[in-house]
Amino acid sequence: MEPEMESDIAPIPPVASRQPLSEGSEWGFELLDRYDREIARVAAHYGLDTYPSQIEIITSEQMIDAYSSVGMPVGYHHWSYGKQFLATQKGYKRGQMGLAYEIVINSSPCIAYLMEENTMTMQALVIAHAAYGHNSFFKGNYLFRTWTDAEGILDYLVFARNYIADCEQRHGEEAVEELLDSCHALMNLGVDRYKRPTRLSMAKEQLRQTEREAYLQSQVNDLWRTLPTRQAAGQEKLAARFPSEPQENLLYFIEKNAPRLEPWQREIVRIVRKIAQYFYPQRQTQVMNEGWATFWHYTLLNHLYEEGKLTDGFMMEFLQSHTNVVYQPPYNSRHYNGINPYALGFAMFTDLRRICEHPTEEDHRWFPELAGSDWVKSLDFAMRNFKDESFIAQYLSPKLIRDFKLFTMVDDDTEEKLEVTAIHDDAGYRAVRQQLAEQYNLGNREPNIQVYEVDVFGNRSLSLRHYMHDRRPLGESTPEMLRHVARLWGYTVRIDSVDQDGVSHMTAVSEV
Amino acid sequence: MNRLVDRRLSGKNRSAVNRQRFLRRFKAQIRKAASDVVSGRKVTDLERGEKISIPSKDLSEPIFHHGPGGRRNIVLPGNRDFVTGDRVDRPEGGGGAGSGGGPADESMDDFVFELSKEEFMDYFFQDLALPDLVKKQLAAVPEVKKARAGFVSQGNPSNLHVVRSMKQAIGRRLAMAAGPRDALREAEEKLAELEANGLGASTEADELREEIASFKARLAAVPFIDTWDLRYANRVDQPTPSSQAVMFCLMDVSGSMDEDRKNIAKRFFMLLYLFLTKSYERIDVVFIRHHTVAKEVDEEDFFSSRESGGTVVSSALELMHDIIRERYPSANWNIYAAQASDGDNWQDDSPRCRELLLQSILPLTQYFAYVEIEAEEPQSLWHEYERVKAASPRFAMQRILTLEDIYPVFRELFRKKVA
Repeated sequence: MEPEMESDIAPIPPVASRQPLSEGSEWGFELLDRYDREIARVAAHYGLDTYPSQIEIITSEQMIDAYSSVGMPVGYHHWSYGKQFLATQKGYKRGQMGLAYEIVINSSPCIAYLMEENTMTMQALVIAHAAYGHNSFFKGNYLFRTWTDAEGILDYLVFARNYIADCEQRHGEEAVEELLDSCHALMNLGVDRYKRPTRLSMAKEQLRQTEREAYLQSQVNDLWRTLPTRQAAGQEKLAARFPSEPQENLLYFIEKNAPRLEPWQREIVRIVRKIAQYFYPQRQTQVMNEGWATFWHYTLLNHLYEEGKLTDGFMMEFLQSHTNVVYQPPYNSRHYNGINPYALGFAMFTDLRRICEHPTEEDHRWFPELAGSDWVKSLDFAMRNFKDESFIAQYLSPKLIRDFKLFTMVDDDTEEKLEVTAIHDDAGYRAVRQQLAEQYNLGNREPNIQVYEVDVFGNRSLSLRHYMHDRRPLGESTPEMLRHVARLWGYTVRIDSVDQDGVSHMTAVSEV
Repeated sequence: MNRLVDRRLSGKNRSAVNRQRFLRRFKAQIRKAASDVVSGRKVTDLERGEKISIPSKDLSEPIFHHGPGGRRNIVLPGNRDFVTGDRVDRPEGGGGAGSGGGPADESMDDFVFELSKEEFMDYFFQDLALPDLVKKQLAAVPEVKKARAGFVSQGNPSNLHVVRSMKQAIGRRLAMAAGPRDALREAEEKLAELEANGLGASTEADELREEIASFKARLAAVPFIDTWDLRYANRVDQPTPSSQAVMFCLMDVSGSMDEDRKNIAKRFFMLLYLFLTKSYERIDVVFIRHHTVAKEVDEEDFFSSRESGGTVVSSALELMHDIIRERYPSANWNIYAAQASDGDNWQDDSPRCRELLLQSILPLTQYFAYVEIEAEEPQSLWHEYERVKAASPRFAMQRILTLEDIYPVFRELFRKKVA
């Protein structure tokens, strides 16, 4: 399938053929529907495969609400969401920040929010961006396919909210809040990075929940029943080592093994863990996800413009907004706040298309299989099979490195100065690409902490290990974090930072 | 395929619960902030919402993160003139180059948010209740007042509502007459038709005439007004809590009460006033200032004037007692009094104050609060008042040293009494 569409900047078609869908910035439900149909038609033309969408019109106040619950349409209650709400509300009232134009929820149907204050142009942009861009990404990307169940998530969130509300009734809000605090703190350590997950489903959850409570408790009891009798105390310590291998999923380990948690507490640990797991793909595909959605709103709307369905005024407003979104300030700018995932992602997908359609000699050298191929298929493949880290490692082209003027620095605390190690030149491309990919590796960004050992025969203390990477130590939050772990574990918790050679650099203990 | 849903009307306060949770969790900090506000602001500013700021670190949500140190690779955009191998100084404070890192290094500014006026006030007065208030409200025979409550079909003649009754009658007449009237019209039309055709003398016409006559009779029999039409205005008894209070502010304006002391006293009165506004619909405030003689003044005079000379506290108490007798009978008014002084009084006058309080004033008042501001040593007045306090549960006294003491003192004075 060879699409007829050409080039990034759309040529203006002859005036006679133009029949815009609407003039002016007012939107109405019929109009939204017409735009949606047109966008759907073009999206189908490019072969975007999506879940059905539910586009909801909401007010800005409701948008603030949606914001504060990390985009979950149904959330359990917790003060941290209230804090988020107050912060958002304040920022919005003072005009310090605009609200995001859209929030989209990875569910089926895929829910996209439109704010009523937006103009028709912005609504169309958001529909294209969220209901077609993000939506097709959620449906296609392997991480989302593996880790999340779009059909089941809404039900599961409802289950979670009801369960937690029920626990608040039975055990008091404070007990639940404390538990949630500790679980939230460990959320990032509550995901399986390598294992495959089971699917979420409310029906199953509810059916098995009672059984599970009993079962979990019995498992735990089994573990602790092997506690020392006098004879057993003589056993060799090595043989009794538990867990037999270090465990990466701290929350899972706690859910299954913490000696003193009640069944309902285990269930809540599980809920937080499941939700963390649900969001894990989003954290790993920020650049790709936003880039993909941005690429498609840009492409779809330009296509409509070429067909004469959109006015010049529409395009001006659209482009202005689009340009703001994909702006990347340089590192020394006051506005610099890390690499803008919209900018990088959009540039990469646009560049991929360019490599397919108009490869240069350099592209032939770097991307022999890509250069000259069908861009729709190539982009689709890239979208489906990568996450940020591998996507960048695979597709960041020298041209983009030049465009962004990327360079790498090393900050070594044993050196007095920072060193520039690679810039956008022949010698540096690979290094820059490699480093940038690393930067998106969550495994490098977050400290690698694993469950190392439980003193089953002694004081039941839990030992964590922080495997240091490039000698980077843990931050100042460590003592507080240990208290959270200890609260869940119920006994003393210690953590050792060890380097590659197994030498311990730091030990912290939280007694119970 | 795609669905458009208008959600604008479906609840906007989804975060209300979470917001409440947040406020509850940081109650201590917010209360402290509220207390700071009172001591640091102008009186007239008090009754409105408040911006509360809490140090961010108090409400951080910690995660495990990397600290500074070790070796880090950073990729940055927008290279201008660096070439490979350049060495540059570390930027101040780890900004710029460092911000490629995690979300953990957010600014350490205060977390600021708005409390509404009501919330602010609630924090202020949390756990507080007026002493004996509940007792007074429950025990006292409630006053009732008649209130309109629609219309009823039975009542006494003086409550007869004429307009309503006539409306009712019109409706009933229309309904009752509807059938005969239609039949009458039909019969008359038929008759007219027969007569036009020259059949006016036929038996058919005669029958019609009979019918017409009977219909007319039925119509005439519909009563103009009937007992069921009558409607009476309904009035019900609504209990009205004794919802008015008077607050007496007594202050020593003799030479020793300087500006600072007055300021403290002012805030104390203000707090009491605010608290009363929460409980009573209507509050009168009476300002009595005194040195050797007492005088009732308006608010401005009360705080601004300054007299030299000695102090006779009993003069103020006497005046207060007179005013109560004249204008505020204690059967109708809840009477509160707050007295501020630096503790100075003529030696001989203090026992007289005690007597006045115990015998005349305290039996009439709900509560009498005395604060001594920046007094060095308790003097005779304090000692006499201590005896009053021992004798009456309605009397409270406190010493205040600085602005920051006001709020705790206030809470102490009006702490919820365990029933």
